[in-house]
Amino acid sequence: MSTQPPTYTFKDFVSDQEVRWCPGCGDYVILRAMQKALPMMGKRREDFVFISGIGCSSRFPYYMETYGFHTIHGRAPAIATGVKLSNPALSVWVMTGDGDGLAIGGNHMIHVIRRNVDLNVVLFNNKIYGLTKGQFSPTSDLGQKTKSSPYGNTQPPFNFGELTIGSAGQFYARTPDNNPNDMADIFAAAEKHKGTSVVEILQNCVIFNDGAYDSYTDKTVRDDMLLYLKHGEKMIFGKEKNKGIRFNGRMLEAVTIGENGITEDDILVHDAHDYNPSMHFMLTQMDNPLPVGIIRSVETPTYEERMATQAESIKNRSKYKSIDDLLFSGETYSV
Amino acid sequence: MSDTATTQDKNKIRLDRVVIRFAGDSGDGMQLTGSQFSDTSAMLGNDIATFPNYPAEIRAPEGSIYGVSGFQVHIGEVEISTPGDDVDVLVAMNPAALKTNISAVQHGKTIIVDADEFTTKNLGKAGYSDNPLEDGTLSAYNLIPAPITQLSRGAIKEMGLDNTSMNRTRNMFALGMVFWMFSRPLDYTIKFLEKKFGHKPQIFEANVKVLKSGYHYAETMELLSSAYTILPAKMTGGTYRILMGNTAIAWGFLAAAERSGKHLFLGSYPITPASDILHELSEHQHFGVTTFQAEDEIAGICSAIGASFAGNLALTTTSGPGLALKSEAIGLAVMTELPLVIVNVQRGGPSTGLPTKTEQADLLQAMYGRNGESPVIVVAASSPSNCFDMAYEASRLALEHMTPVILLTDGYIANGSAPWRIRSVNDLEPIKPAVAPLPGEEWLPYLRNPETLARRWATPGMPGFEHRIGGLEKEDGTGHISYDPENHEHMVKLRAEKVRRVENYIPELQLDGAESGDLLVVGWGGTYGSLHTAVKALQEEGHAVSLAHFHYINPMPRNTREVFSRFKQIVVCELNLGQFATLLRSSFPEFPYLQYNKVQGLPFTVFELNAHFRNLLNAK
Repeated sequence: MSTQPPTYTFKDFVSDQEVRWCPGCGDYVILRAMQKALPMMGKRREDFVFISGIGCSSRFPYYMETYGFHTIHGRAPAIATGVKLSNPALSVWVMTGDGDGLAIGGNHMIHVIRRNVDLNVVLFNNKIYGLTKGQFSPTSDLGQKTKSSPYGNTQPPFNFGELTIGSAGQFYARTPDNNPNDMADIFAAAEKHKGTSVVEILQNCVIFNDGAYDSYTDKTVRDDMLLYLKHGEKMIFGKEKNKGIRFNGRMLEAVTIGENGITEDDILVHDAHDYNPSMHFMLTQMDNPLPVGIIRSVETPTYEERMATQAESIKNRSKYKSIDDLLFSGETYSV
Repeated sequence: MSDTATTQDKNKIRLDRVVIRFAGDSGDGMQLTGSQFSDTSAMLGNDIATFPNYPAEIRAPEGSIYGVSGFQVHIGEVEISTPGDDVDVLVAMNPAALKTNISAVQHGKTIIVDADEFTTKNLGKAGYSDNPLEDGTLSAYNLIPAPITQLSRGAIKEMGLDNTSMNRTRNMFALGMVFWMFSRPLDYTIKFLEKKFGHKPQIFEANVKVLKSGYHYAETMELLSSAYTILPAKMTGGTYRILMGNTAIAWGFLAAAERSGKHLFLGSYPITPASDILHELSEHQHFGVTTFQAEDEIAGICSAIGASFAGNLALTTTSGPGLALKSEAIGLAVMTELPLVIVNVQRGGPSTGLPTKTEQADLLQAMYGRNGESPVIVVAASSPSNCFDMAYEASRLALEHMTPVILLTDGYIANGSAPWRIRSVNDLEPIKPAVAPLPGEEWLPYLRNPETLARRWATPGMPGFEHRIGGLEKEDGTGHISYDPENHEHMVKLRAEKVRRVENYIPELQLDGAESGDLLVVGWGGTYGSLHTAVKALQEEGHAVSLAHFHYINPMPRNTREVFSRFKQIVVCELNLGQFATLLRSSFPEFPYLQYNKVQGLPFTVFELNAHFRNLLNAK
């Protein structure tokens, strides 16, 4: 492998397959953002692997001119773990959805995050099952009417941010599906981060759950409803940039600067690198405004680093230098 | 002790074989005691076979019937292929051990018990209303009631050990007695104890003292009428070691990785009786082995599939319930035509079934337990040492034919041990994985070797071969998604044909015995030892009976039909209700098949097979 990868453009990552998502689907933005992000990562094309499960999101690998594996429902994190452990030099991406990743594959998801395998997990959260045509998912809202909940969903939803941090996750980012440049930057940051990087995309399904995120992302409200977080910067939002987040001793709250004696000094500075996840956890729970951007990014040893260190130390200690040493070891006798 | 025992050797009576069973509470150290006896005998050159029999509970209540753990060892001057049917010497450490094991002891044989343990309380726990040592029920046996607890404690009473530690030495007393009975030296076990307890010199010393006390007690007391000896067996020359089936499997994979030039990856989830393979391979990470204990059975196999996609020799290990969970993922490996070995150490089923007992009832699950037309190679190991060979074979077939392979073993051979003639890795036939394309060469993901139909393996990181595979139906050649009806049927047939052609790359069926005759005994997998022993005895009596034992089940050896046609009767013997017989009926319907089946969680006894075959031979 030569050291300097060629200079790529997004076209180098477009495969010859016709994209088959519904017109207007949020997935198109994700695909384009990814194709824009990969050339920024300084890696060779053959070293990217996209692994998916089942669902609309999981068609993703077919559209990327990289190595790809469209696997079975919910299992992409497990398969990706096998790929990464076999060849740690690869950049391995898990493309999944709220049904694939949090229902049938929920167990794999929490364990891959817990181990901190150096994978990038991109979860397309449209709060609905699309490919099976409109049943509620583990992120559907309470009361949401779907084909399998005609009188309203009675199952409370997962908050994927909470779940990630609760699973000892060290990288969690959230981004709406209407901002490809921000999204590409987040993908690049996810790739750069060593360990499991979780990116949740608030993705609109035009057919079965259209407008699920309108109350946050619509032009008329988004400045007041979305809080763009940047490490080291104050948590300020609003059309007039006069709103912010402070900690009132018990919880986070949105306040207006200049009202009730509140000054900019009262507004929190975002520290994505804080090892203590308490503040990040509170951020994942806020919904007015909804924090987006990189909420948590903390570097700790990855699973494969721990494995490699251990194997190396065994090599130095082991009395078996070859397999024959092992086969002929211990109590043997001649006939 | 066999009836052929004859020659006097000074004061020792020479035997050609003997079966000893050590039984006690699961905490009494019976597995260790048994393996010390068998290892010592192996060092003396005897042929051996062992079988542990332990409860599913780790520490059941003391003295209870369901807490009894046993270890049976069969040693001989003659060829030994099974751990033996009937027990010549039973060592029972308490009433429950006696109660659960006496049915395996014929009248006239020897029973050694720890008489101190036959208290009213312990007798009650075992369900005895009267003490069998006193009420005459054991008068038909050579009963040796030794005060093992008292004598063990007496030997070390000056050492100041607590009660528990003192009681834990009792197994060494029993072992010492049996060592004397069969003229075995103590030095191997003393060396073992030194290794085990080297860091606790007091415990080491106590165990050695008690071991010697047992030995001298047996020598001094006239309770044991005479000592026996078993001379070394005639075995093929070479260096041997005692090997357990699960260890042999692990080592077979290590060898296959070395000889294929591939990194070995095991993705697994703990399950009885397969976990020992995971344990063994986890010790050898420095040989380029990655072991990954996953969150469940599905993640175990899926991580292996990922490793295979990335170019490794990938395997997953499990038992029946785990194989059920892995079915969908096996289908993915079939569809994507990736090499993968799935080891199923069979146990009693269905459901959780009998986790620590043996059975062969997963054969049809291995063959057909998936959605769609989903053919895989199925092979089976026949003995503890054959596990090494079949692990190697399964790897070879997976890597050279680009397909999943299911390797079936069972609890009996996985936990059993036998002498293994050690082979250097360099003496094994090299494995040639389906080669990756050369850079610039014409290549499509599903371009095939015209002979084997194996596709060529290009793995992530190889420049110029970026491609996508997946579980959706493929267009032949390109691997693009295809819903075309004709293409689907073509691909279904092609995947079947690829597996069928493996028959050209496996050995022909070899018979134990003559090429034709009155009766062909057919078996597969872990029943080989019992079938072989039973058939051999009948052959020695002059019967025209042969054994066809299958290691390759899908596909079967090319000469199967021809072999079957040369016998008047065929009897298919298996530890299920007739699964292999069902396969044979559909593959070779022209032959009538008799069946001999047993589903008790136990191996065949040579006795029952012998009697059944004799009936068939006489009835013709």
